[in-house]
Amino acid sequence: MTADASGFDAFIDALTAVFLVAGALMSLAAAIGLLRFPDLMSRMHAATKPQVLGLFLVLAAIGLQLRTWWVWPVLLVAWIFQLLTVPVSAHMVGRAGYRTKHLQKELLSTDELADVVRRAAAEEQAEQDARDAAGSKRP
Amino acid sequence: MSRKPISLKREIPLLVWLVVVWAALWQDFSPGNLLFGALIAVVVARIFYLPPVELSGRFNLLRAFAFAFVFLGKVAAASFQVMYLAIFKGPRVTNAVVAVPLRSQSDLLMTATGHVISLIPGSLVVEVDRSTSTLYIHGLNIRNSADSDRLRKEVQDTEASLIRIMGSAEEVEALRNDQRQLRETRQLRDETGEAL
Repeated sequence: MTADASGFDAFIDALTAVFLVAGALMSLAAAIGLLRFPDLMSRMHAATKPQVLGLFLVLAAIGLQLRTWWVWPVLLVAWIFQLLTVPVSAHMVGRAGYRTKHLQKELLSTDELADVVRRAAAEEQAEQDARDAAGSKRP
Repeated sequence: MSRKPISLKREIPLLVWLVVVWAALWQDFSPGNLLFGALIAVVVARIFYLPPVELSGRFNLLRAFAFAFVFLGKVAAASFQVMYLAIFKGPRVTNAVVAVPLRSQSDLLMTATGHVISLIPGSLVVEVDRSTSTLYIHGLNIRNSADSDRLRKEVQDTEASLIRIMGSAEEVEALRNDQRQLRETRQLRDETGEAL
């Protein structure tokens, strides 16, 4: 960045500034969400998602400032890996959270998975009972 | 370990991706580096064998490009929405777990849909039922059934655009039939509504 930035350079600098501030704002949103949301699942939304956009904005700002084309592929690869890993981690934590009942049922307006889980548990129980019954008959 | 031999053609997307990552990390796209990267890619793909991803053989680049922009827009809009919820709603937010049946049976499309929908803030895949290709999605700020309908529609629309990008020809055909049917029933309803 130079003091006598003019025209195009000034525009790039302004764009970079906007991207950096917006990216930082997204991280702030994630932090606020982490603090204020009530249960694990809604916190996961805040913990994993806004940074996808935040990281994109910060990486774009870096790319704009460095002004060398070879840095773009690295930034793109970094972002793509973020895109690939964030949903997986969110899914794993969410799934484990649901199974270990780390969610507040009264905060859900509907839960269409609960019936499925109950049915599956009932089936498993029935199978177990049948196996036990068969086992007790045998000497 | 039993391994199915994979034809080079099916491996090409993976190899190209590996070479791109290699060159990007070295920040060197010179022919020599690319060649060496390709060599390493082939060796890695041979040694660390993974089951091949079943691609449909179709990829619409133009639609993918358009989808990328729509996706970025959605991520941006939803990020601000989550920010708003975090600041103003906070502990009083109401959520829901919604079951969304998908059209496609293909693993790749289910994964892609789950990924895209998870990346958009406000929705998160909790559980996947592969046998019925149903996604169970945890949605932020779902207060009533209208909201869950909206979430369901959003997921199915995302899947529809992914099918248009990289679904097989049969899936695209099925999607087209689905939508025609939907339009016809809607039209019929409108007409009978007018008659009444």
